[in-house]
Amino acid sequence: MSCCAPGAEFAVQAADPEIARETAREEVRLASHAVGDGVRQTDLSVPGVHCGACIRSVETALAALPGVVQARVNLSTRRVTIRWRDDAPPAPFVAALNAIGYDAHLFEVGREDKDDAQTELVRALAVAGFGASNIMLLSVSVWSGAEPATRDLFHWISALIALPTVAYAGRVFFRSAWRALRHGRTNMDVPISIGVLLAVGLSLYETIHGGAHAYFDASVTLLFFLLIGRTLDHIMRERARTAVKGLARLAARGALVVRDDGRRDYLPIDEIAPGMRILLAAGERVPVDARVVSGQSELDCALVTGESLPQPALPGTELQAGTLNLTGALTIEATAAAKESFLAEMMRMMEAAEGGRSAYRRIADRAAQLYAPVVHLTALVTCIGWVVASGDWHRALTIAIAVLIITCPCALGLAVPMVQVVAARRLFEAGVMVRDGSALERLATIDTVVFDKTGTLTLGQPRLVNRDEVPQPALAIAAALAAHSRHPYSRALTAAGSDGAADVAFKTVTEHPGLGLEARSDEAVYRLGRAGWALGEAATADGGGTVLARDGNLLARFCFDDRLRPGAETTVAALKAQGLAVEILSGDRDAAVRALAARLGVAFRADVRPGDKAARIAALKQEGRKPLMVGDGLNDAPALATAHASMAPASAADVGRNAADLVFLRDNLEAVPRALTVAREAGRLVRQNLGIAVIYNLIAVPVAILGFVTPLVAAIAMSGSSVLVVGNALRLRSRNPAAGAGVDSERHTAAARPLEAAE
Amino acid sequence: MTDYFYLIPVAIGLGVIGLGAFMWSLRTGQYEDLDGAAERILVDDDRPIQDPKPQPKADLRPHRAVHR
Repeated sequence: MSCCAPGAEFAVQAADPEIARETAREEVRLASHAVGDGVRQTDLSVPGVHCGACIRSVETALAALPGVVQARVNLSTRRVTIRWRDDAPPAPFVAALNAIGYDAHLFEVGREDKDDAQTELVRALAVAGFGASNIMLLSVSVWSGAEPATRDLFHWISALIALPTVAYAGRVFFRSAWRALRHGRTNMDVPISIGVLLAVGLSLYETIHGGAHAYFDASVTLLFFLLIGRTLDHIMRERARTAVKGLARLAARGALVVRDDGRRDYLPIDEIAPGMRILLAAGERVPVDARVVSGQSELDCALVTGESLPQPALPGTELQAGTLNLTGALTIEATAAAKESFLAEMMRMMEAAEGGRSAYRRIADRAAQLYAPVVHLTALVTCIGWVVASGDWHRALTIAIAVLIITCPCALGLAVPMVQVVAARRLFEAGVMVRDGSALERLATIDTVVFDKTGTLTLGQPRLVNRDEVPQPALAIAAALAAHSRHPYSRALTAAGSDGAADVAFKTVTEHPGLGLEARSDEAVYRLGRAGWALGEAATADGGGTVLARDGNLLARFCFDDRLRPGAETTVAALKAQGLAVEILSGDRDAAVRALAARLGVAFRADVRPGDKAARIAALKQEGRKPLMVGDGLNDAPALATAHASMAPASAADVGRNAADLVFLRDNLEAVPRALTVAREAGRLVRQNLGIAVIYNLIAVPVAILGFVTPLVAAIAMSGSSVLVVGNALRLRSRNPAAGAGVDSERHTAAARPLEAAE
Repeated sequence: MTDYFYLIPVAIGLGVIGLGAFMWSLRTGQYEDLDGAAERILVDDDRPIQDPKPQPKADLRPHRAVHR
């Protein structure tokens, strides 16, 4: 969960260090890729690097490891690329970084991840910029009154620059327009492409016949402006996506399989077949649905079912893929292949749900659908009108094309993306990643908010609630003991008692999975754990719970409660104040959910199975509601995909993160109302921008129809409207300069005080 | 008028050189880590590495470890 620093999956303790090390090593190999010549490359996400000194220490530490050929930090993406020789097992990269104080976890770079789209956009932008500036330079000379011979020469040079520029830089738009047309649809790129191509065609004709007006500058500048918007949009989206991808992966990549002859093989998750025996160290996640064969431990099911209390695991216990093994090593037998596991079932439910959302049409496309026919019809009518009125075909065509140019798909083309870039940027600074372009539009229209409980409204980490009733010395002893375990209750105790020093020295500490911790000092035996085990026979009369006992005598009793996520109460209150319906959908027990729901004052449903969560969301949509789902678990994933819009915390299961439209990286739940506010403001600005474009057209089109448009007028009109639209979009930024520090510094502090009390 | 015949090619030629330089710097990955580049100038013994940006198709001769 979010309290264990990213990479904690590797920091496995005591009982089975050897298995854990082997698993970690093989996982590194599995996530790496060959770059040829016996060298493999591994990428690690290291969220903690933030300065030149960090670069130095990380690179030095890694380069000192055996087999490392090169280690290079990328400070912008907070990643380090390590190249290592394949002739030996990979060195413990993550452990080496942990040792010098940096969290690190594997970052899988697929081959498709190299961002070709962005490179293409930037190249197209550079070419368009070059073309636009040079042509504009020549055009200014023409406008200021060049003689016909000079004018024709300049037109020819312009044509020479414009044709290749449009062919190269315009591909982005032409391709998208062609795709839309082929499927019988229309989008913003269709009028843009038609406008640019007709303008270039007409200008070429004019140039050849020594005409006075050529629109090369208008068409190339149009491409340039639009490419700026498009590139910014892409870069912003990509940054958000990378930030989400850089989060620690919570699903297992593979598992250590024990063959019948005792050999141990690390197999990727897809190759694990039912019947195989798997060694599962404490701190690892169950790779596929399985049954426990031997060993004893406790399981954290919070991410899988929403159950907040650790569950015991004994031989025969059925495990669902994704469950976290907490305290002891287990040998388990796979009961299903990965593609039939719980996780795969969730994926299928999500795919079924996603069909519904793709039906959403973005506001820009809806605008284009109205805009394109109107503009094209106007141009056609103008052309016919002029032919009838003057009988001059050439003149009629020229004016019709001028209408197409002046109606300025530029303002329309920039109206929506610019606002979204600014909005996404503002949210990025607040630690909210917008993964999908239409997400903000959808988010702005929601009227119901559905929260998951465990891990969303709560942090999924227990907290000691009766700290004041526990005698201080007992608490100190318990904390010192608990430091030896990764059980959630132990963590809570360690955090609660970290300020007092225990006056006992333990000689040995052993963890008994499912029972608790036992420590021996010179005088006594301390036991921390289940009352029945720690107190022996005396416990039955005394009730259950977690206790600290000395030689079987009760020292202290501890009560735990799940921590509320910071900002949860204010968030729910703020959402209710905005008139939104709020409810809780949880897979946890009724009692746990009831208490929380009562505290927050919202409706709830407990014991909800994953399928039923999605069904509830679907039912809400049936009623005509637009639900926002906020959830983190595997069991929430189908509901996230079904909902009108969805958000997930950074601690969510991988599938959940990928299903959500927005991912918030900070612990505070106030990200939800903040994202809502920004989305609504953005929606308002988008509508304003479209309004500006319409008003502009109402003025410009009559001028064009009457035939008064020259290339100079077109250039001024186009730049003017674009600047207006961009300026309006920037108001979103100035209205409320994004509060708080950058994403990463926040994560830093969050990691430094993970267990501090919430309220 | 005759001045155009060298002035215009010179003007456009300069633009093309700039464009080419940008394309080159883009291709060699010089915009991959702007924050890092800003910090690295303060690192004393930072020497260039042979293959700054791992390209899947790049020439992959054995590298010498350049950072001790």
